Order: sequence, then C-alpha cells, then structure tokens
Amino acid sequence: MKAARKAFGVPLPASWFTPRAALPALVLVILGLVPVYAAATGDPFALTLFGRIEILSIAAVSLNLIMGYGGMASFGHAAYLGIGGYAVGILWKEGIASGFVQWPAAIAVSALFALVVGALSLRTRGVYFIMITLAFAQMVYYVAQGLDRYGGDDGMTIGGRSSFAGIVNLNNATQLYYLCFALLLASLFLVWRLVNSRFGLIIQGARSNERRLRAIGISPFRYKLVCFVIAGGLCGLSGALLANHTNFISPAMMYWTRSGDLMVMVILGGLGSLFGPLLGTVTYLLLEEALSRVTEYPGLFIGPALLLVAIFMHGGIEGLFGARRRD
Amino acid sequence: MTEPLLQVDGLTKRFGGVVAADAIALDIAAGECHAVIGPNGAGKTTLIGLLAGEIAPERGSIRFDGRDVTAVAVHRRSQLGLARSFQITSLFADFTALDNVALAVQARSGHSFQFWQDARRQAALREPALQALDAVGLAARADARVDRLSHGEQRQLEIAVALAGKPRLLLLDEPMAGLGADESARMVAMLRRLKGDVTMLLIEHDMETVFALADRITVLVYGRVIASGDPLAVRADAAVREAYLGEQDARHV
Repeated sequence: MKAARKAFGVPLPASWFTPRAALPALVLVILGLVPVYAAATGDPFALTLFGRIEILSIAAVSLNLIMGYGGMASFGHAAYLGIGGYAVGILWKEGIASGFVQWPAAIAVSALFALVVGALSLRTRGVYFIMITLAFAQMVYYVAQGLDRYGGDDGMTIGGRSSFAGIVNLNNATQLYYLCFALLLASLFLVWRLVNSRFGLIIQGARSNERRLRAIGISPFRYKLVCFVIAGGLCGLSGALLANHTNFISPAMMYWTRSGDLMVMVILGGLGSLFGPLLGTVTYLLLEEALSRVTEYPGLFIGPALLLVAIFMHGGIEGLFGARRRD
Repeated sequence: MTEPLLQVDGLTKRFGGVVAADAIALDIAAGECHAVIGPNGAGKTTLIGLLAGEIAPERGSIRFDGRDVTAVAVHRRSQLGLARSFQITSLFADFTALDNVALAVQARSGHSFQFWQDARRQAALREPALQALDAVGLAARADARVDRLSHGEQRQLEIAVALAGKPRLLLLDEPMAGLGADESARMVAMLRRLKGDVTMLLIEHDMETVFALADRITVLVYGRVIASGDPLAVRADAAVREAYLGEQDARHV
C-alpha cells in the first residue's frame, strides 16, 4: 500500500497514537487495577460496581456495533441481556451448572432471537425500526414475567455461578472480575476488527448512504442482518455475565428503560467510535452511583446532562479529544 | 451487425397524470458516447432512474449486454456493469474520498463477508481506487473526508466511484450540475479522455458540452423522443429547433 500511495503522491496516514487514544487507555488501566485497590482497602464494593460497569460496557459495545456503525437504532437491546441471563438461570435451575453449556446457550439463543427480530425489523426504517425492536423486547419481557417456574415477576435467585471445570472459579470475586475484563477487551478487539474489515465498511456504508451502496452493486440487507445477529450474540454473553455477577435474574433486566439506558451510554460516549461505549458506560454508571448518594432523584440531573450532550457534543465524550483518525 | 450494448424499447412510466417516459426507444453501441438532452421536466432523470433500476417501468423493456434486465434490481444491474453518477451528489459523506472509491472496487470483487482482515490494507482494493482517483485528478485529496471536499471535487469523486467498478456502461446524470466555468471545463476534458474507453450515456443541460462530447444525441421532450441521431442531424432537425432549442437559441449553436 505504501508503494501505491507514493506512486500517486498521496501522503501516508499519521501515527495511530493520538491524544484521543489516551483516555480509553487510561480507563482500561484503571479498570485493570480495581481488584488491586479492592484488595488493598478490603472494600469489595469497588469490584461489584466496576464489574457491573465492565459487563454493561460489553452490552454497550455490542449496541454501538449496530447503532453507531450500522445506523440501526435498536430500542430493544436489553432483551438480549435478559435472554442471556435467563439462559444461565434456567439451565442452572434444570441442573446444568456448566458454563461450557450455559454461556454458548446464552449466546446462541440471543443470536437466534436477533435473527428473527432482524429479519423482520431490518426491512423497515427510522421510527418503525425502533418500534419493532421495542415491541419484540417487551414481548420477551412479558414472557419472562409469565415464567412462574423461574420466578415470574419477582425474578429468581441463582444458587450457583457457572462452573468452568476448575479453569476459572467465578465464586472468587477477583477471578469473575478479571474474566469480565478480559471479555470486555475481547469484545472491543472483535468490534475493532469487524468495523475495519470489508464487512464493516459495508455496514458503515449502509449507515451513510444506502442508495449509493445499491448503486455500486451491494444490497445491504444480508450484511445488516449478520451484523445484527453478531451484536445480539455479544449482548447475550453480557447477559450471562450479568446473571453471574448478581446471582439473580428478573424481567427487569430487559425492561424498556434498560434498553434506553444502553442507548444513552452509547450516545454519551460517542456513537460509532470504538471506545465510546466504554467511556459512556463508565461515565453514566459512575454518575448514577454518585448522584444516588446525594439525591433520591438522580434522573433529575442525568436528564439535563444528556440534553447538553445531545445539543453540544455530537461526538460524545470520545469526540472531545481531538479529531478521529481517518477523518 | 452486432447487438447494441444497451437496447431500450417502448419504455413507459407515468407519475400520476404526468407521462415522464412515453414509449422511449434508444440504442447505445459499445464505445459510444450518447447524450440525452431536453428541457426541464423532459424526463431525463426519470430515464436514468429507469435504466439504473430505481424506478420500475409500466411497459417496455431494457436489454443490457444481450440480457433482459427490465426486472433486475439496482444492485444486480450495477454488478452487471451499469454504473451511474447522481445529479445531486450522493456519496458516503462521512467516508474519505479513497474509502468511497475503494468500497466501489470492493463491491465488484465478490461478496464482502470477510470479517477480519483490515480492508484498508488490501492492495487489491486500494490500488485500483487510487488509480480511479488519479484518473479524475483527486489523488491528492484521497484522505479528505467527502463532506470537506468542495462541490467540484465531490462531482469528480462521483465519476471516480462510478469508474472504480470498471463499468460497461456509465450513466452520467448532469455531471456538470452546479460547477463553475473552470470546473466544468476540467470535467469536460476528463470525460473526453474517458471517451472511447467507456461507453457513456450522458444527460446534460449545457449544449456546448453535449456537442463537444457526444457521438449521438437523443432529444427528449415531455418523456417522448423527438429526435435521435448524430449531432449535426439533431442540430438541423426542425422539430428540435422548434421544441427545444428555440429559434433564438438555435442561432447561437
């Protein structure tokens, strides 16, 4: 490529390390050090809070793949969290405790659900797409409410975490935390590879201008559907982690406000940027945590803050730190 | 005689009461530069839409390269070698110029279910893309985002994107639209260079351009072909003078 660029007098791209890369790097280093802090202070709460941040970051990364890169604003993404969580809970209840069964099942069922939702919703656009994805998520929510054997409306406590034949012990809080951390890094890596591949460029082309995409010879439907399924599976994994993290599943995991929270995290961090959902989730959950200590109505402050982001910060938090690479 | 590359017969389309295409017949031979002219509302852009597949005709047929494509979808026609540029610039505005062209190259090189390799490092995509940019004089702007390009540069990029797919037939919908005199002259020079290599159907307002470039001209008025032939014949045609050029304008051409 360098030779071709030189031949046509095109300058080579700038170095990948920019001030923009510094903030996500810092956040990841801090996330990696939380267990050290928890051990030093003997305060397990940090592990719980930041573990939750990591898990929901994975869900936000998955939503960003379809919403940020693909322009598919799914308003039912929490359904996959719920399906992943219920897959773990239901299998535990039926006597299957192995994570090697539970987690693939969580991913597979979520992906399958995404296939059905996507096949029907991706033929529509704009508000209709949002409404259909929301409708499917609410449907799953009411189904979960009706599952009396698995706690119905009240939810169900899971009596044991997924077992991985002694390879990792999720009952150890530090091990569970680092597994979530590793999976967060893996999901960021996955999305990074995806969005820069041929597949990823088609997905971004579909977001940017579908008419042009057809004119150059590509019908976007199948690509968008595959992207939707990948995101569903990834969010299902996040749900499996969440069920392990809280030892609890309930329909509230997939209530529509949770889908809204996920959208807010992605938009707050910066739509369509790799680390945006991570920064958005960290900010949103820490803000929520801090505000809930001083006021009974954290939403009263988060709402206006979001309004400001929507009006003044189109690139989200990620966008504050210099121009994006390849701009 | 060899079969024309594009063969349009009896193509008809109405929008409500307006007849945008009225039994249009048109042949384009391989290698030809064929211009379609006509006053505003003559149905020129509708014709491009029909040929590209965005608009379905009520009657009539389109044969491309010996094959009936009347009912073939837009993206399939593009894969068969029918490329187009848009009258109102339609690009991937948040992509770089190079990414726009490279995606067009990618679209013509098999399916894109490749999930892992960095597409921006694939010489098979980038080199032809750079070549196409170079052909329209945009190589130096390869890494600029489209929404930061000037209008003239965006018009050039439209052509580069269309060329990148190595089309058999290029449908150009007013490539000079909104360009200044200098930019227009550059665009004409570029199209003249392409002439002969690529078969073109050119829709254009500007008479000078049309008479400078076209091998044959078809005149469209109210969706009907009123004349078709080489530029001299069309210029001399009485119906064309009356209906389109107008006696006053005719003196100047």
